[in-house]
Amino acid sequence: MARVVILGAGVSGHTAASFLGEWLGKKHEIIVVTPNSQWNWIPSNIWVGVGKMDASEVIFGLESVYKKINVKFKQAKALSIYPEGSIDTESGFVKIEYTGQDKAGQSEDVEYDYLINATGPKLNFHMTDGLGPENGFTSSVCTYSHAQEANVKLNESIEKMKNGERQKFVVGTGHGMCTCQGAAFEYIFNIEHVLKENGVRDMADLVWISNEYELGDFGMGGMHLKRGGYITNGKVFTESIMAERGISWITGAHVSKIEEGNIFYEQLDGNEDSVDFDFSMLIPPFGGVGLKAYDKHGDEITDKIFAPNGFMKVDADYTPKAYEEYRASDWPETYQNPLYKNMFAAGIAFAPPHLISKPMSSPKGTPINPTPPRTGMPSGMIGKAIAKSIRDLIVRGENTPLHTASMANIGAACVASTGMGFFNGSAAAMTVYPVVPDFEKYPEYGRDTDLTFGEVGLAGHWIKHVLHHMFLYKAKLKTGWTLIPE
Amino acid sequence: MEEKKIINKRAYKQGYYPPIPTGMTKFFRTCKIWQFFRFIALNLKMLKVVSKSH
Ligand SMILES: Cc1cc2nc3c(=O)[nH]c(=O)nc-3n(C[C@H](O)[C@H](O)[C@H](O)COP(=O)(O)OP(=O)(O)OC[C@H]3O[C@@H](n4cnc5c(N)ncnc54)[C@H](O)[C@@H]3O)c2cc1C
Repeated sequence: MARVVILGAGVSGHTAASFLGEWLGKKHEIIVVTPNSQWNWIPSNIWVGVGKMDASEVIFGLESVYKKINVKFKQAKALSIYPEGSIDTESGFVKIEYTGQDKAGQSEDVEYDYLINATGPKLNFHMTDGLGPENGFTSSVCTYSHAQEANVKLNESIEKMKNGERQKFVVGTGHGMCTCQGAAFEYIFNIEHVLKENGVRDMADLVWISNEYELGDFGMGGMHLKRGGYITNGKVFTESIMAERGISWITGAHVSKIEEGNIFYEQLDGNEDSVDFDFSMLIPPFGGVGLKAYDKHGDEITDKIFAPNGFMKVDADYTPKAYEEYRASDWPETYQNPLYKNMFAAGIAFAPPHLISKPMSSPKGTPINPTPPRTGMPSGMIGKAIAKSIRDLIVRGENTPLHTASMANIGAACVASTGMGFFNGSAAAMTVYPVVPDFEKYPEYGRDTDLTFGEVGLAGHWIKHVLHHMFLYKAKLKTGWTLIPE
Repeated sequence: MEEKKIINKRAYKQGYYPPIPTGMTKFFRTCKIWQFFRFIALNLKMLKVVSKSH
């Protein structure tokens, strides 16, 4: 009997655990280690952040769901990995510390035959002074509890506007090295929509601030869309959405410091300035969750397994190169660690080979460029590909070929939807294919311009709602869940 | 003295340059029948993206 340990139960870890449980749960041991007892459909946190959904609608308990497919659940966080075992054991193991199940604080060594690291991002609020809801002055929607707090602050501002006090809202990225612009983009539209619903839009100034060189970069080096008889850069599409809603924007900005009511930033052209705010939601930079690794003798090997940003090294080409030389083939396909072949990393937890957007810095040398997004669809697909590989390795033996899911062959969808009513919502729906441009396959724009598109309207709004219910249904492993695509 | 009134509020500002949807575009964005067909079209496109990604 083989034992597979999955660290993290987010989009990628939960997908991998669900398929492994379904395929192997009866004959082999599948264990999930994750610190939160609840699963969170993160994209819908945006609606929690504007009070359109209750947190209970975007979460559910994991343990009972895993029971259905014989997956063992440990509510704990992984601290360190021992891929070679120790002097006492041959088998690799993970040191974990419980956060629940009446064992909080207790530690345990969990041995594995195969390991999937799907621990997602650490929200690095500390990288910018004054950033974040815990020790700073800005809100966040990255977790459902952050989104709940953001909604409380948003409502305070709405009340002030109702009493005649103007308010300024600043939304975007809180550091020069952030990713996940799409989430902030969706949030600012939802704020604008809610302000209109409350009849206070004329009392508000809305400002977008981001580390993108131009609007619509989204950490993917932008995209080209077919619109009105032209192939147009996504910048035009995104600026149009902002301008239509009366939102102004600051781009190429590294937020360097936040004080109460003031955001200080440095721009690519060297300009240093500040923007005042009454309410602000800024996405933090992401890093790996800080797992350590040790060899058989207890000597630290973290730098061999993890990149300096804390993400796990996989089968990518990490040779440093210039932007113009970036290739689709630099991106990983199997997500297997090159040193320890029974270890894989999925979703945000794997170390990208380089940026997708062009690396840039200010005259002072501050890097100001979005880092690569690893959104829901790629994260789910990577999780499933790894699950298939591990299934085959266990069932067919060590020499079986591994399954692949390169981000240069995977698309992504981002639907920024506002409003809850069936007929009174709207959305900007965007898809890109592939996420990582492939200039050898698509020499002009790096992407398939038929499958890379953007459109505003009710239809996208309906799609977003369908996706919300469909993915929660799938994640709860209800009848027919395997038929729903990632 | 006559009070100064700003009548040209947009020119040379950020929001002056991007395309702004016309009334017709806005109508189609909310027209239920048209959007029903767009819903089908967008779903098909997304399914194509998904199937090409597998
Ligand atoms: C507000 C918001 C909106 C978004 N909207 C969209 C969208 O519309 N479309 C889209 O495609 N993507 C969207 N995304 C991105 C999407 O949520 C991520 O791509 C996806 O969650 C990444 O999956 P993951 O499994 O890598 O990480 P996560 O889903 O973050 O999961 C990581 C898991 O690891 C666990 N973990 C953390 N530390 C440890 C540890 N030490 N040991 C064990 N477990 C640990 C966590 O508790 C969590 O369960 C959005 C993101 C945000 C923040």
